[in-house]
Amino acid sequence: MNVSLTTIEPATAIRVPAFIEFQGASITYGRGEKAVQALAPTSLKVAEGEFVALVGPSGCGKSTILKMVGELLKPSTGHVFVAGREIGATPIRIGMAYQNPTLLPWLNIRDNVMLPLKIVPPFRQGYRAKRKTEYRDRVETLLDQVGLGGFGDKYPWQLSGGMMQRANLCRALIHDPDLLLLDEPFGALDQFTREELWAIMQDLWLSKKLTVLLVTHDLKEAAYLADRICVMSARPGRILDDSPVEIARPRTIDMTFEPDFVALNQRLRAMIVGARGGTGIVSHAPGGPRS
Amino acid sequence: MERIGEIIREKGASTALIIGVFVFWELFCLMAGISDILLPRPTQIIAALIQYWPAIWPHTWQTLYTTLIGFSIGVVIGLLLGILIGSSKLAYDTAYPLLVGFSSIPKVAVVPIFVLWYGAGTVPAILTAMIICIFPIVVNVATGIATVEPELEDVMKTLKASKWDILWNVSLPRAMPYFFAALKVAITLAFVGSVVAETVASNRGIGNMMMIASSSFNVPLVFAGLFVLAGLGVALYVLFSLIEQRVTGWAHRKTDLASA
Repeated sequence: MNVSLTTIEPATAIRVPAFIEFQGASITYGRGEKAVQALAPTSLKVAEGEFVALVGPSGCGKSTILKMVGELLKPSTGHVFVAGREIGATPIRIGMAYQNPTLLPWLNIRDNVMLPLKIVPPFRQGYRAKRKTEYRDRVETLLDQVGLGGFGDKYPWQLSGGMMQRANLCRALIHDPDLLLLDEPFGALDQFTREELWAIMQDLWLSKKLTVLLVTHDLKEAAYLADRICVMSARPGRILDDSPVEIARPRTIDMTFEPDFVALNQRLRAMIVGARGGTGIVSHAPGGPRS
Repeated sequence: MERIGEIIREKGASTALIIGVFVFWELFCLMAGISDILLPRPTQIIAALIQYWPAIWPHTWQTLYTTLIGFSIGVVIGLLLGILIGSSKLAYDTAYPLLVGFSSIPKVAVVPIFVLWYGAGTVPAILTAMIICIFPIVVNVATGIATVEPELEDVMKTLKASKWDILWNVSLPRAMPYFFAALKVAITLAFVGSVVAETVASNRGIGNMMMIASSSFNVPLVFAGLFVLAGLGVALYVLFSLIEQRVTGWAHRKTDLASA
């Protein structure tokens, strides 16, 4: 079997110790004849504070990479290091948000957002005493930042999809994570809500400077938010291309119509079409330039 | 005002149906000339209920408390088993076949065994009530716990939440609507269990009273026993529905919004 080992250096010129490092990590599901390689041996480095987007055709192992970083999956071969330690023993705090907001329907938004504080040390110590004062203020501040001020007492079903996703982001950020993992968090939203949330996400990232890994199938979203975009091949997933996004921040929606941005999108799209087998049917790759 | 009208419309139909059934029963027996040895009329049954009330009351109390004790033990065991089976794939695969086999035994068939072990009386009735209500609770609680969204579990795991954290904060609250649905089924089943046991092997309780009454052809009293059982069953069902609404109102929000 042709297994190619892709070693990709960080695109940024400055040598910083990698915050996340994949060393030939691969994932194989099943055993024997039925074994399916979901992710070919992959090497990848992400610096601290970097915003990296993973794009590629569906089923290419983007989410698999995310799950390994989040310690939900162990690599079948190779190693994954986060903050200098092999996964399973990393001391960092992680926040995670999926496309499905999975807010708990029996809790109001404030208590939903507070959930990580109940679990993650050191916040869990003194949770009972602080939930009415310190933590409450903390949640309110964050809710204000994403435009959900005053919605703390509402229940999830009283909110629109976009508002639930904002609350979901808050839940992923309330415990001051060092690393944020986003798996198509804006995928189910309409175009305008999505663009609004891109701006919010960018503001949050600029103010907190945390490391973010974003899995998305929306090329425009990747280009808007990320410092670096990794394009992945179809299964078994490999990183085909890893290039920086050289567009100044803060980025705006208007910028997405400028030539640089459009050119970047077209280049990414061509690569993904190639990775999918190049049938030319690209209509389901949203966010690309529409002509 | 509008709400009251709505409640009347909602409850009116079911009340009318209940009254209608009894009126039809009464008239049917009168017109067809059915003897009260075969099928007593509702008025005769109510008369018997009032006439024999001092005798019925201790039996009612006996049945109620054996049922409730059996039910409570069954709920505790069912809840614990449900949590265990629902939260572990291994426990689910291991224990489920046994549980299904166990639950498909007709519970009447185990009463003689309980009598053999503990003698006729209160204990077999409690045990039968208990054993009959374990299964629906186990199945429902396990389902509620096992169907937590995988994404939510991932989110919890990346927070390095322990199994206990996940169970306490996510799985258990999530299983509550399932649990209460099971409680409403289980309480009515528990009555079946205790009454069956009393009928077979006891000298107290409504089941025993009905056996004695039927052997002396006091048919209105037999039916009075049925009425008492129906009353107890409905009362406890309503009680659990009310608790359910308070505890798991979030799961029934649609009706809440409609009536608000």
